[in-house]
Amino acid sequence: MRRHRLRWWEALPWIAGIVFYFAFPDYLGFGCELLVTILFALSLDLALGYAGIITLGHAAFFGAGAYTVGMLASYNIWTEPITGLLLAALVAGAIGFLSGIVLLRTRGLTLLMLTLCIMALLEQAANMGAAYTGGFDGLPSLPIAPLFGVFDFSALYADTQYLFALAVLFVCFLFVRILVYSPFGQSLTGIRENVSRMHAIGSPVRRRLIVCYTISAALAGVAGGLLAQTTAYVNLAVLGLDRAATVLIVLILGGYGRLYGAFIGAVIYLALEHFLAQVYPTAWQLGLGLMLVVIALFARNGILGLAETLWRRYENRRGPS
Amino acid sequence: MSRRIITALAAAAAAAIAAGGATSQAQAQDVKIGLILPYTGPGAELSPQMDKAIDLYQKLHAAQIKPYKYTIIKRDSKAPNGAAAKVDTQELLTQNKVDVIAGYIYSPDAIASAPVITAGKRLAVIMNAGTAFITNLSPYFIRTSFTLWQSSYVMGEEAAKYLHAKTAVVAYTDYPPGKDALNAFKYAFEHNGGKVIDAIPAGGPEATPDFTPFFQRAKDEHPNVLFVFVPAGDQATAVVKTYAALGMKAAGTQLIGTGDIVPDNMLQGMGDAAVGLITVHHYNADLDNPQNKAFVAAWKKAYGPDSTPDFTSVGAYDGMAAITHAVHATKGKIDNAAAAVKSLEGWKFNSPQGPIEIDPKTRDIIMNEYLDQVYKGKDGKLHEKVLATFHAVKDQCKALAIGPCAPKK
Repeated sequence: MRRHRLRWWEALPWIAGIVFYFAFPDYLGFGCELLVTILFALSLDLALGYAGIITLGHAAFFGAGAYTVGMLASYNIWTEPITGLLLAALVAGAIGFLSGIVLLRTRGLTLLMLTLCIMALLEQAANMGAAYTGGFDGLPSLPIAPLFGVFDFSALYADTQYLFALAVLFVCFLFVRILVYSPFGQSLTGIRENVSRMHAIGSPVRRRLIVCYTISAALAGVAGGLLAQTTAYVNLAVLGLDRAATVLIVLILGGYGRLYGAFIGAVIYLALEHFLAQVYPTAWQLGLGLMLVVIALFARNGILGLAETLWRRYENRRGPS
Repeated sequence: MSRRIITALAAAAAAAIAAGGATSQAQAQDVKIGLILPYTGPGAELSPQMDKAIDLYQKLHAAQIKPYKYTIIKRDSKAPNGAAAKVDTQELLTQNKVDVIAGYIYSPDAIASAPVITAGKRLAVIMNAGTAFITNLSPYFIRTSFTLWQSSYVMGEEAAKYLHAKTAVVAYTDYPPGKDALNAFKYAFEHNGGKVIDAIPAGGPEATPDFTPFFQRAKDEHPNVLFVFVPAGDQATAVVKTYAALGMKAAGTQLIGTGDIVPDNMLQGMGDAAVGLITVHHYNADLDNPQNKAFVAAWKKAYGPDSTPDFTSVGAYDGMAAITHAVHATKGKIDNAAAAVKSLEGWKFNSPQGPIEIDPKTRDIIMNEYLDQVYKGKDGKLHEKVLATFHAVKDQCKALAIGPCAPKK
């Protein structure tokens, strides 16, 4: 089982990403939104899909990252984009680590509720500190320094933002890919599948979970920071249940516990939402809802899960004959 | 004498040529308007009120719009977080190549889009979003709606002067318009000798809270007036009903607010509890002026006798009038944002809400505010009568340069 070997088709998403840049220069704002959502879903996949940490509050870390970049830029303290993302990862990771120490003593529904609580606490803190965070109205027109001091972030055509987001996603993806195929990643899957057994073989379960949760939080922070940079705007919505629930739907739609689930889910969900809303601004939710019903009925493991089942069936049929 | 005639003739000829040139150019000129409103999410109930007003304006003023033709491209700004509105603005400008942007119900939608408007160099007419400082964010923003500072400031003054109140409690929805309403009311009330003894944040904008604990706390403090701001809609009905249920009137506390607590399209559902309420707003459907009479009559004819325009409709209607003015003033070159904005600075219009003007300095609306009281008419329906009119009210937040309204640096 050499699962970690690179396959030829793993280059496809990145080729598609670059083709999109040249083919649809007018859609790059949407493209940025897509890349940020993929990265956010990927971070959730690490916690939910691989380690089995059931969370509904992942936007807490997304928002922490977004506000780190946003507030540093808004007060002209730090506007450089790459180091800004590292700071976002640091802050979000720290919050993930501290909350993880407490939260990960619990499991199941208790854990779910507590992750929601952390997010609600942060959201309310940002609302009460509206003098600094901008609250509901947000921090407008964030100044972001040019990338490498050369490439400006244009407001009208999001070209620099798109390539930057694509590069950041690529680096983060490589990191996650190496992580999940490492012995550490394997132990996470073990914890998800059977905790008692992992305890029995002497695996430091809680420490592993905390490390995983911290890494996942840091990645979510990078996604949040990226959103703040690409849109030059942060407001309370980055910490909202709306965002946390959407990313969960995206991940389940694509297929969790699979590296590419985040990609498939985000592309299908956001593309459908975007283009349906363009054509039917008042009734697009109907189309999206129908798709989700169909997925829930016929593809419990998401689109990738469905594809896998179909492929196996095809191979089995071909096999004996 | 003859020289004067010659100059006049030359001028007339030049004007004729210019006009001829303009019309021939404009013959089939299509003006593309990108309209960004939340057709889904919590704002979905407001968008139809504005859509109807925009359609109605085009129907009633087809003659004024000629020779131009409006094509309206609608986009959904979805949840009020600014993200979708910003991408909508980008795509309307780069894909659809619209000549002018309009709409924005929620402030974050306009705030997030500001850099795109500035970079895309197109006129953007804000038809509802009310946070005071928005017009500072882009030189191409024009606002035809309102700021909370306009109504709440006047209410603060009149609570002291007209109602002779000495003490007030404020209950507000905990988001920027609520905080604006609180700050404006408090500033004006306390500068006129009153005292705000408590300010109670009463829930967020998305869901209607149970107002009983907030109002009970206010009742226990025995103020002369309870000033309430909530977003117009279901919350308003809950406010009026809770006020009546707690018997606050008998306890000597008068409920006052901005017009948001007695929105025109909700008024009939409030019943007798609403009778006697005193509010300040820039519009109510009962306003007695010829423009409003014609507007409301046309509205009822088009959309049914039970349908009523409200202040959001008027913001959209006036926005369309502003666009029409700018289109003609720039001879169809409304895509030249600087010229379009220039043509609207100091623009005056007789709106259904009374005379309005665009402040040439701030590009914000200057309009009348009305002190209204709800009463039960002979037809058994609730109406509003105007107790006093305040002419040409400016946005006091910018006039007084308070907080984020002060221009940067």
